[in-house]
Amino acid sequence: MTLDNGAEVIIGFEVHLELNTATKLFCPCATAFGAAPNTSVCPVCLGHPGVLPALNQEAVALAVRAAVALGCRINLVSRFDRKNYFYADLPKGYQISQFDRPLAESGSVALLGTDRKVRIRRIHMEEEAGKLNHEGESLWTADSSLVDFNRAGIPLIEIVSEPDMRSPEDGRLYLHSLIRTLSYLDVSDLRMEEGSLRCDANISLKPAGYEGDLEDLPRVELKNVNSIRNVVRGLEYEIARQAALLDVGGTVARETRGFDDASGTTLSQRSKEAANDYRYFPEPDLLPLRLEAAWVDEVRQALPMLPEAWAAKMMGYGVRGQDAEVLVSDPGLVRFAEATHAAGAPFPDVVSWILGDVARLQNAHHLPYGEGPLCAERLARLMALIGDGTLSGRMAKEVLEAIYDDDEDPDAIVAARGLRQVSDIDALTIIVGTVIDANGKVAEDFRAGKDKALAFLVGQVMKATRGQAEPAVVNRLLRERLLGGNPL
Amino acid sequence: MSGPLDLSLTEAVGATKSGGISTSELVRAYLARIARWNDTYHVFLDVLEESATRRARELEQLSAEEREALPLYGAPIAIKDNLVLDRGSTTAGSRILEGYHAPYAATVVERLERAGAVVLGKANLDEFAMGSSTEHSAYGPTLNPWDPARVPGGSSGGSAAAVAARLGLAALGSDTGGSIRQPAAYCGVVGLLPTYGRVSRYGLIAFASSLDQVGPITRTVDDAAALLAVIAGFDPRDQTSLHEPPPAVFPEASVKGLRLGVLSSYPDGMDPVVRAALEQTMRALQDAGAHLVPVELPEPTRALAAYYVIAPAEASSNLSRYDGVRYGLRKDAEGLYALYDETRAAGFGTEVKNRVMLGTFALSAGYYDAYYGRAMAVRKTIAEGYDRIFGQVDALLCPTTPDLPFRLGERLADPWRMYLSDLYTVSFNLAGLPALSVPTGLHSGLPTAVQVAGPRLSETLLFRIGRAIESVAPPMPAPDLKEGGAA
Ligand SMILES: [Zn+2]
Repeated sequence: MTLDNGAEVIIGFEVHLELNTATKLFCPCATAFGAAPNTSVCPVCLGHPGVLPALNQEAVALAVRAAVALGCRINLVSRFDRKNYFYADLPKGYQISQFDRPLAESGSVALLGTDRKVRIRRIHMEEEAGKLNHEGESLWTADSSLVDFNRAGIPLIEIVSEPDMRSPEDGRLYLHSLIRTLSYLDVSDLRMEEGSLRCDANISLKPAGYEGDLEDLPRVELKNVNSIRNVVRGLEYEIARQAALLDVGGTVARETRGFDDASGTTLSQRSKEAANDYRYFPEPDLLPLRLEAAWVDEVRQALPMLPEAWAAKMMGYGVRGQDAEVLVSDPGLVRFAEATHAAGAPFPDVVSWILGDVARLQNAHHLPYGEGPLCAERLARLMALIGDGTLSGRMAKEVLEAIYDDDEDPDAIVAARGLRQVSDIDALTIIVGTVIDANGKVAEDFRAGKDKALAFLVGQVMKATRGQAEPAVVNRLLRERLLGGNPL
Repeated sequence: MSGPLDLSLTEAVGATKSGGISTSELVRAYLARIARWNDTYHVFLDVLEESATRRARELEQLSAEEREALPLYGAPIAIKDNLVLDRGSTTAGSRILEGYHAPYAATVVERLERAGAVVLGKANLDEFAMGSSTEHSAYGPTLNPWDPARVPGGSSGGSAAAVAARLGLAALGSDTGGSIRQPAAYCGVVGLLPTYGRVSRYGLIAFASSLDQVGPITRTVDDAAALLAVIAGFDPRDQTSLHEPPPAVFPEASVKGLRLGVLSSYPDGMDPVVRAALEQTMRALQDAGAHLVPVELPEPTRALAAYYVIAPAEASSNLSRYDGVRYGLRKDAEGLYALYDETRAAGFGTEVKNRVMLGTFALSAGYYDAYYGRAMAVRKTIAEGYDRIFGQVDALLCPTTPDLPFRLGERLADPWRMYLSDLYTVSFNLAGLPALSVPTGLHSGLPTAVQVAGPRLSETLLFRIGRAIESVAPPMPAPDLKEGGAA
């Protein structure tokens, strides 16, 4: 994106991700979201005197899984460092993080719908801080603040991109692409609104003709953005703000700015924290993190199929590209489609069912795909019952609803409700005859060319069979009987 | 004076197990002596009379078989007050932790109690273990049991004084730059700095994490070995602790055929009494069959400089948690940063503030390489220097301190001279090596001592040499406690 004044937009991201381990990074406290304040705490995560961190290997495994999925090189020896600063939500007065020897480096994310990639500079592990609840507008004006340390010590990874994005739209694509890949890994809940995923954007404008290092451009860090939509809004606002400053010969200050949802603007965060010298030094309470190359290979081998591969596989089944993209937007969706197929249902019918009624009902019941009463086997069986003519499409929908209500197999529901499509020609022919005899006037109308009259007769036959006749067969029999054709 | 208080740890445990004395009688004898003398010598910051009495009674209920399984059955032990305990107070000698009650117990204390020991109380120390005299305790200094006008050393001065004065059968201290060995030397008792990682630091209030170790202070070398055997070993809560079995409890005593490194030169200002005591020990060990090999210590003054960068740097970070938000002292103030400023200004003593500022500076952007980075490089050089030395000799014999216990107040205005008493101790912390201070007798009523250091995990060898030193030194009497002093 090049602005009117010739400046180019330069965007990079730091994405923080809470790993969904059972316990915290350095202590045995549970990581459950939504517990009563300060109930999932212990001397270690409260920073009591004398405590030491004990590294959670599950967190290391999840971090490595995410890093290899993003194509990073894993550093077999990495190191934890202390990032020192004072804040009320930081129990020890330092955060255990990784500074100059991070867990992983040099990965990439393919931008959705383009042939471009955004490079990942590094991924490192660190611990989460507690949560402050200010009784007032901000920490600086609040009468008091309450601290909840349940979150303190939850494992995080920080994914740092290179400044490879050139527009807010690139930023949006990057975050969608990154989150889509991560969603296949089961490493994090990825909930921006709950804070388990946080995006800080770095944005600067490169004036036309600038030849220097991008890192040296005055850069604004955009924080407190709780949705991708707001990231885009914040970036757009910043571009306009910085461009206006440059146009009048001003300079852009290197600072942290917060996005204000209500006004759609960004505000400078002139906290003392921003001016901090973090005094990083190696964490003496932890040994360097050493990983076996063979173990990293195992993690890589154990990676699930990622969205690009899934999309290709779906298209291989004959699924349209657009539908394939929708399917892979949710790993549960595409895995459910695949499982239903594996249980015997054909593509592309599977797709229309899953993207149609199944999606509607799963959402209505707030269920992830594959969970709840509708398993892949039941859906495949339901589709088989249509295929063999046992159920009409309309009946199948009724059975599908019933699966959610009764949590029963389709066959059991069909039997219990007597839902069997009448396709016995002899039985139907008799009913068709009876209906024509009873509606002589309508039959005459049809013979006289009023096509609509047929629909009434079909309806009467359906009524007589309590809906279990196959409409197409009824239609054919009525036409034959009324317009001649085969004598019966 | 002669009675239960004069039994060594090994003797006392033998007596309680055989029924020669009950655990209650033994604990009562110590508590009575503490009640008599603690106000004068100010050894304990908190005496756990009730829990110690109760524990002693519980121990009596055990069967003979159960008692036999407890290597420290009924042993009354003092704990330095920077080791947390889930009862009583824990202050680390600081106002900032006044009234703090820890919610858990240190691994070493758990291990002691599981082995049958009875914790008598929390011994005095320099604030956050920063000092060499206990004069930096926010609660007042401990007096030297041999001369109440003199310091007991530090920072584990309370622990060493307790053991010397028979106010504890043994004690735990912590050693970051000499804080076990120097007070042991000043008080005429045995003190061991274990190999870094030998003993869990979980529950030791951190001063400088990469240097801190917990270790025993006892009346005999055998007692130190017995205590170490209980507290040593891997602890999953301290990932820097080593997967090493505890060393042997009863080492042999012979030094025959051992190559012992001795200093080829001594610094100016070394007390001639200290030097004479050292040389006498050297001769006696030589007579006992050791080969003395002159060696040069790797840069003792640079070691001291590196130590006084690394230790404050780590301390500046370790002490950040004392911010008035969650526990300990809190000064109400307008706003968060004012709360920090006022709480820390009121809660920390001058020495702690000096070191926090020094350490903060050493880690600051633009200074890191010149100070912390360079100090870490020196540290590596020193460790390599010791690797070379221990390629040539089995162990090293050197002074624990270059001086005798100094007078209270004498060095408060002269921190550098105070720091100099760490000259022979800090380099072993920097290199992560074990070192043992053993008393060699009395000179004009003041104790003298020597230090034996060895390669990593050589504690058994150090105990062996230590026993040999004990056997050639005159027996240490109990000090004669008296009223008064310069407190
Ligand atoms: Zn915890």
